[in-house]
Amino acid sequence: MQKNILIIGTTSAIAKATLRLYAEQNHNLFLVARNESLLQTVAKDAKIRGANQVESYACDLADLSCHASLLENITLSYPKLDIVLIAHGTLPNQKECETSVQNTLQEININAISTISLLTLLANLFEKQKSGSIAVITSVAGDRGRQSNYVYGAAKGMVSTFLQGLRNRLNDSDLQVLDIKPGFVDTPMTADFKKGPLWAKPEQIAHSILKAIDKKRNTLYTPWFWWGIMLIIRNIPEFIFKKLKL
Amino acid sequence: MKLSGWGRYPITKTQTTYATQPGLVASSIEAEKTTQIARGLGRSYGDSSLAEHSINLSKMDDFISFNEINGQLTCAAGVSFAEILRVFVPKGWFLPVTPGTQFITVGGAIASDVHGKNHHIEGTFCEQVSSLKLCLASGEEVECSKVHHPHLFRATCGGMGLTGIILQATFTLKPIESAYIKETTIKTTNLAETLAKFEEHASATYSVAWIDCLATGKQLGRSLLMLGEHASPQKTEQTQQKPPFQDSQTAKTSKFNMPFDLPSFTLNSFTVKAFNALYYGKVRQTQSERLVHYAPFFYPLDSIQNWNRMYGKNGFVQYQFVIPKSAGLKGLTEILTEIANSKRGSFLAVLKVFGKANDNYLSFPEEGYTLALDFKMDNTLLAFLDKLDEIVLHYHGKLYLTKDARMSEQMFKQSYPQWQEFQKIRYQYDAQTCFNSLQSKRLGL
Repeated sequence: MQKNILIIGTTSAIAKATLRLYAEQNHNLFLVARNESLLQTVAKDAKIRGANQVESYACDLADLSCHASLLENITLSYPKLDIVLIAHGTLPNQKECETSVQNTLQEININAISTISLLTLLANLFEKQKSGSIAVITSVAGDRGRQSNYVYGAAKGMVSTFLQGLRNRLNDSDLQVLDIKPGFVDTPMTADFKKGPLWAKPEQIAHSILKAIDKKRNTLYTPWFWWGIMLIIRNIPEFIFKKLKL
Repeated sequence: MKLSGWGRYPITKTQTTYATQPGLVASSIEAEKTTQIARGLGRSYGDSSLAEHSINLSKMDDFISFNEINGQLTCAAGVSFAEILRVFVPKGWFLPVTPGTQFITVGGAIASDVHGKNHHIEGTFCEQVSSLKLCLASGEEVECSKVHHPHLFRATCGGMGLTGIILQATFTLKPIESAYIKETTIKTTNLAETLAKFEEHASATYSVAWIDCLATGKQLGRSLLMLGEHASPQKTEQTQQKPPFQDSQTAKTSKFNMPFDLPSFTLNSFTVKAFNALYYGKVRQTQSERLVHYAPFFYPLDSIQNWNRMYGKNGFVQYQFVIPKSAGLKGLTEILTEIANSKRGSFLAVLKVFGKANDNYLSFPEEGYTLALDFKMDNTLLAFLDKLDEIVLHYHGKLYLTKDARMSEQMFKQSYPQWQEFQKIRYQYDAQTCFNSLQSKRLGL
């Protein structure tokens, strides 16, 4: 059966890999991204891969005032949504954030506030439908604050906590709320990092996202071994953790 | 970051920029005026994708347009052959020309002007390309084809990325009725018979021979000649009850991985000789037929991820030459004897008869015989390859730039007589001011 799928932050590597899989399964897509020409490129690619219908809408999600009109546009194209994947975000430069309040707030705005704004609107829409899946890409970084990227971690952690509450609220409406926590992913966003065996490809992450949505999971650590790593990280006593160089 | 080609020799320090959209390519070129070269999936063997600065296009990988009636596909340069097959085989289309790995990008295929098992009929990949978009040193994007900027087109096809950065290309896929290949294997006992069989089966769509390069004397050049035709659905149903487009096996092809470097003594003349004897001996009949999925037929080595680690941490050099048909039996005998005597075994020695050459300035294929061999890197290898170069040159042959990691400037300029025309085009578009690889510098381009 063809599903109506909304992908927000379409040009991020993980979102792109995921929407391609959905396109190949002939679903209907609604794609949202900031860069109009890139968005058009991704939309055409999805159509060629087999998507039944592709709609797109360009807007800067950091500008919260556009969210309501975005939702209107979505419901005009697809009165009912089956799946939404929220994937937009940035990887802040921690050092720059430490010296600039403005940078810090800007990063928190794009990585947390804008997501929460969208989730608030979408949750009400889904609640009326009484079915569907809301999936959001957060990060393992949100599980515990570390000196190397705690602005990013705090923003992602805020979204994760918000999702927990939302899942609890929507439980009776038969809705899935999935928190996707990827570890290190080899994307253009992380091009400058030295890669090791813990690094995964966006295509791998995309496959695990599809599976988790299918199986109505609540939380997805991806690749799977991050579940174990984060279990340890979360359980290190704070008096030790604060001394670690992580 | 340390980077190498697929042969893992040589290794060099490189700074990498990922270009994710065409607009970013021009700005990366501008930012790194000095020595830069495009890179895709890093499957050229030697140093042709190595430079101080590497612009990686493998993430610029969108399909741009597809004509479902005639199969014409336009896609970004970073799209891989594997992805094209994964998406289009189930729709009934196949690559018009493909080399022995699917893990290459369209841009890389054009820069190398790759050939496949059907070269004798279809020619090279670039002969299927109707147009391409190139980002010049100035940052300007130009569309080139046989009609628009024809000289730039001829220089870019097979031009090893030295004219600019290929952004996208248009080519035509070929219709197929199933994902399967009807494969015929013919066992030959010596070189003369191998060449005769190639001749006899010149009308086969695909043909290639695996050759036992350690066999000597009367058995010199004994081979398994593999022929292939795209199978029709009736054929697949009758024999093996397979649906014509069963999910393409590309996703499953990476089930084995070589997780670490094998110690370099693993491959020696005894182990390779044993492998070759078993491989050759495994085929009993002189002629046998079977139906195989396209993946094992075209890409046997893709099923082992990182197979290049088999040669140990010092890496290896792939040596591929072509000699004209007239030199055929005599030239090949001389080279194979030299190799067999050296006891340097190559697991995969591949022999193929090429069809007519095209007029791209630096394209490799020309009418004659091509042989590709892997040699494990050691401190006597380079001298040995220089000796082979002399024989190849003596028979008016040349080496494939995509495999090359060590050829001398003199060898290159003597065997690629159109290098000056090529260089003229590079100067005309100022390409020499920024697009240079370790290879182009070594070859005096």
